[in-house]
Amino acid sequence: MANVINIVQAVNQALENEMENDPTIVVYGEDVGLEGGVFRATVGLQKKFGKDRVFDTPLAESAIVGTAVGMAINGLKPVVELQFMGFSYPAFNQIISHVARMRNRSRGRYKLPMVIRAPYGGGIRALEHHSESTEAIYAHIPGLKVVIPSTPYDAKGLLIAAIRDPDPVLFLEPKRIYRAFKQEVPEKAYELPIGKAKIVEEGEDVTIITWGAMVRDVQKASEMVKEKGIYPEIIDLRTISPMDRETYVESVKKTGRAIIVHEAPKSFGPGAEIVSVINEKAFLYLEAPPTRIAGFDTTFPLPRGEMHYIPSPERIAKTIEDIVKY
Amino acid sequence: MRFESVKPIGETHYRILDIDGKIINEEDLPNFTDDQLLYLYRTMMFSRTIDEKTLSYQRQGRMLTYAPNIGQEATQVGSAYAMEKEDWLVPAFRELGAWLVRGVPLKNIFLYWYGNEWGSHMPEGVKVLPISVPIASQLQHAAGIGIANNIKGEKNVVVTYVGDGGTSHGDFHEAINFAAVFNAPVIFIIQNNQYAISTKREIQTKSETLAQKAIAYGIPGILVDGNDIFAMYAATKKAIDRARNGEGPTLIEAYTYRLGAHTTSDDPTLYRDQEEVEEWKEKDPILRFKKYLLNKNLISEEWDENLRKELEEIVVSTFEEIENKSDTEIEDIFKYHFEKMPPQLEEQLREYKEFLEGGK
Repeated sequence: MANVINIVQAVNQALENEMENDPTIVVYGEDVGLEGGVFRATVGLQKKFGKDRVFDTPLAESAIVGTAVGMAINGLKPVVELQFMGFSYPAFNQIISHVARMRNRSRGRYKLPMVIRAPYGGGIRALEHHSESTEAIYAHIPGLKVVIPSTPYDAKGLLIAAIRDPDPVLFLEPKRIYRAFKQEVPEKAYELPIGKAKIVEEGEDVTIITWGAMVRDVQKASEMVKEKGIYPEIIDLRTISPMDRETYVESVKKTGRAIIVHEAPKSFGPGAEIVSVINEKAFLYLEAPPTRIAGFDTTFPLPRGEMHYIPSPERIAKTIEDIVKY
Repeated sequence: MRFESVKPIGETHYRILDIDGKIINEEDLPNFTDDQLLYLYRTMMFSRTIDEKTLSYQRQGRMLTYAPNIGQEATQVGSAYAMEKEDWLVPAFRELGAWLVRGVPLKNIFLYWYGNEWGSHMPEGVKVLPISVPIASQLQHAAGIGIANNIKGEKNVVVTYVGDGGTSHGDFHEAINFAAVFNAPVIFIIQNNQYAISTKREIQTKSETLAQKAIAYGIPGILVDGNDIFAMYAATKKAIDRARNGEGPTLIEAYTYRLGAHTTSDDPTLYRDQEEVEEWKEKDPILRFKKYLLNKNLISEEWDENLRKELEEIVVSTFEEIENKSDTEIEDIFKYHFEKMPPQLEEQLREYKEFLEGGK
């Protein structure tokens, strides 16, 4: 029977595959054990691997991340869950001051093979603090890898790569598309390289760089503009940090135009970094100013307003047309 | 006053050696050999000598900011001496005596304070984490190491330190709570030296003692005279034995006093009376232990003077070994963030080296 699964199931399968392969992996966080997590990403794991390896913790994000630092130093590979990215801030000090620094601080004596998983992004009609995309904050921190999948296939391969990575990885899961679609995925473990982007669609007229749940919206926008004879090249970044600059720089050299689409607020977002890199590396190839379509510099609205916040396929399509005509 | 009868609340401190160097609690007196007693004294003196010399280097402009330990030697040496080789030490930043006992080379300690990350590269087999500057955050790592021991079925324990100021932190609460819930073999030692930079202990908490916070976590807590080398050893040993035996964490409040400044950037005369400092000088942990050893005829004033000279020579030669020879290699700044340097870092390193070469 084919292994056709959605993103949550892909996360679950990645954890299960890797826990079978590597007895040092432990999975824990709030409600991840008995219940299998609020999104059920860890469902069944406690039953299969026992309470020593999959467990519920007291409700304290700083301790969830901080104890993972100690566990990783002491020979385990913790894969911890923060229930929502909006609840990662109590763990901010641990992530920035220790997770990202321990290897450098000790000149390689203490390494932290650990993964922090967190659902991120909006569009699920949730309460406050359950919808934000603050990947730029973490991507700005030296020593931290930030990975965001956009499909079940990528989610499984990238999570396995994150678990096997000798360095800490923040793995952000686009919860808006957790169950949006299914894909046939290899049942066995496989890795996709961290730090490598993927060309989702080839095209000649404009390069669109995006990630996470926005990939599908960009694909919808692409269908709209193709009817008007515009063929975008879509790049799914897959890793925010360290970013695969080569793939999008080469693409922009070909198309002469770049649009970055992200859910995160526009100012100081990852798009700003990408525009800078394009200016540094492909300036003489540009036919139009590299442009960002992003969330507003506002707090993510409560559900009655969220449809205005996340860039819609229509808004993306309009910008594509403007940039191609520039 | 036996260990078992000391409550975490109230005025009573667990004590074995009084300030005149007399044993007041024979039953709990650790059964040390003469060599062990001399080792403990020597290590406390080593810590004191390092502090005094480093402070003078700092005043001469030869050392950067430094956090001295003067007055807290018994707390640090006594507790760390209760550990076994395989046990983990998770320090804050003022644990010189404990580092020395656990085998951190003085060269590393100087390198760290001299401003080079290689100081925190502990030798193989030395299970000591690097200095942790963000207050109380290290307690979480200690809890994690302890929980991992339980998962792996290993018998070693973790000793971790925090100051009185650190007890106000959220991480203090979260770490002890985690350790308690998961029955982790962790000994939390509060070095209550009465001040967090300039802020008095009373401003940190309304609690009568810091040890009493253990009650809320459902673990044992004990208030110990932190200037009593024997009491610190005995209390920590008891806590370690419990932890190793699967009985979980203990909270120890070591009641002591920072005779010096917070760091060399601080002026303690702004926030405390000299009278108070003089009172605590009477309770100096080294003085007290020295009286005991003199009474026992284990040492003499002349022996002590020779020891001081010998230790000074070690300190001077070790410092001179690193002084002016410890500038950071440019590659080292880039090389250790990840196992493999990402292209961004390779590019930044290359560009910077090209700039430097072009400037020659």
